[in-house]
Amino acid sequence: MSLWSTLNRGVFKRTSTFAVAIAAGSFFFERAFDVASVTIFESINKGKLWKDIKHKYEN
Amino acid sequence: MAATVGRICGARLFKNYGIVSPQVCQLSTSTQGWTRNRKLFLSTLGVVGGGVGALLFALEQSVQASGSEAHPPHQPWSHDGWFKSLDHASVRRGYEVYKQVCKACHSLQYIAFRNLVNVTHTEEEAKAEAADVMIKDGPDEEGNYFERPGKLSDYLPSPYPNENAARAANNGAYPPDLSLICSGRKGGEDYIFSLLTGYVDAPAGIVLREGQNYNPYFPGGAISMAQVLFNEAAEYSDGTPATASQLAKDVATFLRWCSEPELDDRRLMTIKAIGIFSFLTAIIYYMKRHKWSTLKSRKLAYKPVTKN
Ligand code: HEC
Repeated sequence: MSLWSTLNRGVFKRTSTFAVAIAAGSFFFERAFDVASVTIFESINKGKLWKDIKHKYEN
Repeated sequence: MAATVGRICGARLFKNYGIVSPQVCQLSTSTQGWTRNRKLFLSTLGVVGGGVGALLFALEQSVQASGSEAHPPHQPWSHDGWFKSLDHASVRRGYEVYKQVCKACHSLQYIAFRNLVNVTHTEEEAKAEAADVMIKDGPDEEGNYFERPGKLSDYLPSPYPNENAARAANNGAYPPDLSLICSGRKGGEDYIFSLLTGYVDAPAGIVLREGQNYNPYFPGGAISMAQVLFNEAAEYSDGTPATASQLAKDVATFLRWCSEPELDDRRLMTIKAIGIFSFLTAIIYYMKRHKWSTLKSRKLAYKPVTKN
């Protein structure tokens, strides 16, 4: 049984489990997407952001 | 009206496709051919729309060319570009320039000390900045107004109590509030940079009134603000050499942040929007292919009904 059909049978077929899968999926997707975007942003702007210079002013 | 629209769009707009899944009725890829009226209507619309656009563009260009002021050249700002954030070290230095120079005349009334936290200053530093100034508060229990050291929640104090006092101290000219100046002036930070570094002697024939100076970037040329930025006009805490152009660049960057504190967030949002929309486009493309695959691969066979 392939992974896809396991998923289909075990999760997507029943509305209750499908809804849970959507909720959990969106949670993890959003988190991963945010982290990835912020990483790109911070690497493009390395050295210019507050987090890159704050060590000079914190003690 | 409805009749006209009906005639132009053909009967299609009002046609009842029935409950037989409407897509099926519209799947035909054969061109239906536009009616004459419809062609006429659409081409008129196109010509008028294009004409109005061209006219607006031409008017805008002629306004650009009509003034006598010099257009500020574009500077390579480090926050220029789709994904580029503000240079926070520069914003911090710009705040120092504002505090040491501009604050004498210009208010910055929409910026509070708390706004500096985690942008240019740590919380402790911002608290210290606030505590350095006296804020008018009150009334207290006896109904008196009093002064107290600032708190994080206070807005930056203004140099003059009101506009009249500001005018009286500046030969009748009002030094505008700088909070939104970068968005409020054509050219934004380029204009501010050029204005601050662009003072020259008035050319022959230009008469300046008492207290006025000549600046080719200021509309009209005669500005009531004297040149304020010179080498070493302010002091930087991070040791950057305080040349006049460095001061101007930093204060212009700072004023861009004041006008648009959300700039960094918007740059991040651009990255997110591009990411999520390319993802969605891929899904939609796949879904379209998926749904159409049965339609595109079907075969229709016409069997003429033969007698007997
Ligand atoms: C001595 C007082 C004084 C100081 C210090 C001062 N300004 Fe001004 N500023 C003025 C006055 C007065 C005007 C109004 C000029 C006018 O309308 O002719 C003005 C106008 C301006 C304008 C608006 C120009 C326009 O297009 O209307 C900007 C921008 C500006 N100042 C920026 C600054 C910056 C940045 C600093 C600090 C580096 C600064 N000023 C320091 C008095 C001052």
